[in-house]
Amino acid sequence: MTGVEGFMYPNEVELQWSALIVLYPYITGLVAGAFILASLERVFKVAAVRPTYRLALLTALAFLLVAPLPLQLHLGHPERSFEMYLTPHRSSAMAMFGFVYLWYLMVVLVIEIWLDYRADIVRLSQTRRGLTGWIYRLLTLGSRNVSPESRRIDDRVGWAITVIGIPSAFLLHGYVGFIFGSVKANAWWSTPLMPIVFLFSAMVSGIAAVLLLYMGISWRQKRKVDMLCLDTIARYLFYVFLIDFSLEMLDLVHRIYEADESFRSLDFMVRTRLYTSQVIVQIYLGTVLPILLLAATQVLRLSERLRRGLYAAAGLLTLAGIFAMRWNVVIGGQLFSKSYLGYTSYKLEFATREGLLTTVFLMVLPLAILWGLLKLLPPWPEREAA
Amino acid sequence: MRNHVREAEHLIRLALVFLAGGAAFLLIRQAVVPPGFGVHGHYRAAALEENRLRPAVYAGQAACSDCHEEQVKQRAAGSHRGVACEACHGPLARHAADPSAAAPRPPDPVALCRRCHEADAAKPKNFPQVVAQDHSGGEACNSCHQPHRPKV
Amino acid sequence: MSMTRRGFIVLSAAAASALSGAGGVQEPEARYRMAEHWWAMTIDIDKCIGCGNCVKACAEENQVPEGHFRTWVERYTVEAGDYEHPRVESPQGGKNGFPPAAQSTAKTFFVPKLCNHCEHSPCVQVCPVGATFESPDGVVLVDEKYCIGCRYCVQACPYGCRYIHPEKHTVDKCSLCYHRITKGLTTACCEACPTGARQLADLKNPKDPVHEFLRTHKVQVLKPHMATGSKVFYKDLDGAVR
Repeated sequence: MTGVEGFMYPNEVELQWSALIVLYPYITGLVAGAFILASLERVFKVAAVRPTYRLALLTALAFLLVAPLPLQLHLGHPERSFEMYLTPHRSSAMAMFGFVYLWYLMVVLVIEIWLDYRADIVRLSQTRRGLTGWIYRLLTLGSRNVSPESRRIDDRVGWAITVIGIPSAFLLHGYVGFIFGSVKANAWWSTPLMPIVFLFSAMVSGIAAVLLLYMGISWRQKRKVDMLCLDTIARYLFYVFLIDFSLEMLDLVHRIYEADESFRSLDFMVRTRLYTSQVIVQIYLGTVLPILLLAATQVLRLSERLRRGLYAAAGLLTLAGIFAMRWNVVIGGQLFSKSYLGYTSYKLEFATREGLLTTVFLMVLPLAILWGLLKLLPPWPEREAA
Repeated sequence: MRNHVREAEHLIRLALVFLAGGAAFLLIRQAVVPPGFGVHGHYRAAALEENRLRPAVYAGQAACSDCHEEQVKQRAAGSHRGVACEACHGPLARHAADPSAAAPRPPDPVALCRRCHEADAAKPKNFPQVVAQDHSGGEACNSCHQPHRPKV
Repeated sequence: MSMTRRGFIVLSAAAASALSGAGGVQEPEARYRMAEHWWAMTIDIDKCIGCGNCVKACAEENQVPEGHFRTWVERYTVEAGDYEHPRVESPQGGKNGFPPAAQSTAKTFFVPKLCNHCEHSPCVQVCPVGATFESPDGVVLVDEKYCIGCRYCVQACPYGCRYIHPEKHTVDKCSLCYHRITKGLTTACCEACPTGARQLADLKNPKDPVHEFLRTHKVQVLKPHMATGSKVFYKDLDGAVR
């Protein structure tokens, strides 16, 4: 078999989880991160990020809707996936994820968005005709009550939902980390830090994604970017990134210092097969460089134009870096033998079910859904009216 | 109080939608979960029987001994006494079920003997092994050795 | 555990009709009581000659797809004292034996591997739907009609015993020849092993020689630090084996 070096157990040569499973934690991470950014405004009263509140919620929804697709496409029997809801195995992290996902989608995101948009939905249901009119009327659930009192109730309930939503978002992505971190057979995955590292990297990627989307949409719609909002988001990105980086380095230092039975094998892997994606892309380009760029915006007095440029660059590098991180966890965890005596390799195919085309499609799909959501539920209606 | 209820009517409608969804889920679940699931544990009980009811391919020594008394007697006297018939002759459950349906083919003696007896440093030291090329110069093993009763 | 030929024919006919008939699943054999058995295996490293008969027999008995293995044999070569860097080979899982190893000063030996039928199976633990399970008689089995093919169990197995069946798209692994051992036969690998290195064992049968074996020899399981409750016991297992 090509691509094998040293000894692998004969069944190990074939990789089990492909690029699609890389996408899955990446996409759920964007969801959790975007939601936490939205909750900054709602719960922690960071008024500066108000302009991105609705955008962040819609981004979270768009990505969350796509999150199960890579899993579904990867299954040997996708038509049986509903068994996960019928007979969930309580000891399986994967089975419980189905419920965490449903909880988060239905109870947190959908309700919060609905409550926040209800007044707009009622207004639009009365003015729009045709199919969109029907959609809005369906979304009102037949109630057109937008009295100040009802909106006050909505606001209180919405606040409560967000408060529940924060631990739920933590749960959602911490749980994805647990799916990997609880596999004791795999030394690359099995660490109690995994859920926390996943969580903070999720926040980093989600915040960066909303930052970029906000800049991109404003530029496209020729709307002036709220610079205070942008600066605030960037500052939070910087802080969270520092925590994320510290955690990842803690994991690394711990592994190097303990140097257990797996270390030699993992060390060799990071120096060879994973060198580009782990050391170059994830650590240098995807973590250290954006942190330095963001630090520069915090320390130096720079023009608005330059700051915007640096934020965009840092955001793009961050998204690439976090993608590389997911790649290195998922693919890296399967490149070495559980005998620690050899390595296999992974080649991303092009036009197969789990190939590059599908991966790219699944990455673009949430953006398309977001585009639709932005049309249906405009996040900045007051300016639209103006 | 009544005023509160009226102002929260849309929330009640929302709650009803969720309740309907939850009820539909429970109903569907009730109907679709396979019967016997959870009888012995978290799995379909029928899976046990399905695993059990596959036909065997190897008949097992007892089936061979039932008919081939002569060979069994020979074998019992030599150092191959612990080797099952099918270890050399291959899987023969079909033959055991209907002797005329599938007759066993005689094995290729050179390849077969070397499979076990070709010298290898990893084999236990007390196991009889030879470098076949030096030992027989390519002659078939069974021209000297009787496979059912090899001399030790 | 002997069985008359007539009994065998009756049984295989019953099995064949159960598989081909439209009646679906039939009652299991009346004589077999799951509660009376607790299956395991013993492997005597000092008896394994690396012939690969077990791998071949397993593939024939269970229609194991090419390139995948329910059981396989590894050949270890350990230079004096250097147990951290053994050289390990398993060409085609050892199915056709091994190219002869030259005599050297290194320690060298064969290690047959198979599913360890763990009592605390990590694979069973992670299966999201209950498509892999431990039977009441201690065998880890797969329900191929229920498996969704998520491969989580493949990741969770520390021993590399699982693979995805390329045609069925469900997980596949050693079933300890459940269809044989529940009919009073031994596993295909044990049947074909010429030296008796592998022995099927029933830990609940007081007359099974396994008790004597475990009492009188130094035995070990693979990767004991994984604490999986492995039920494949190796005699004379070297510390270099992983």
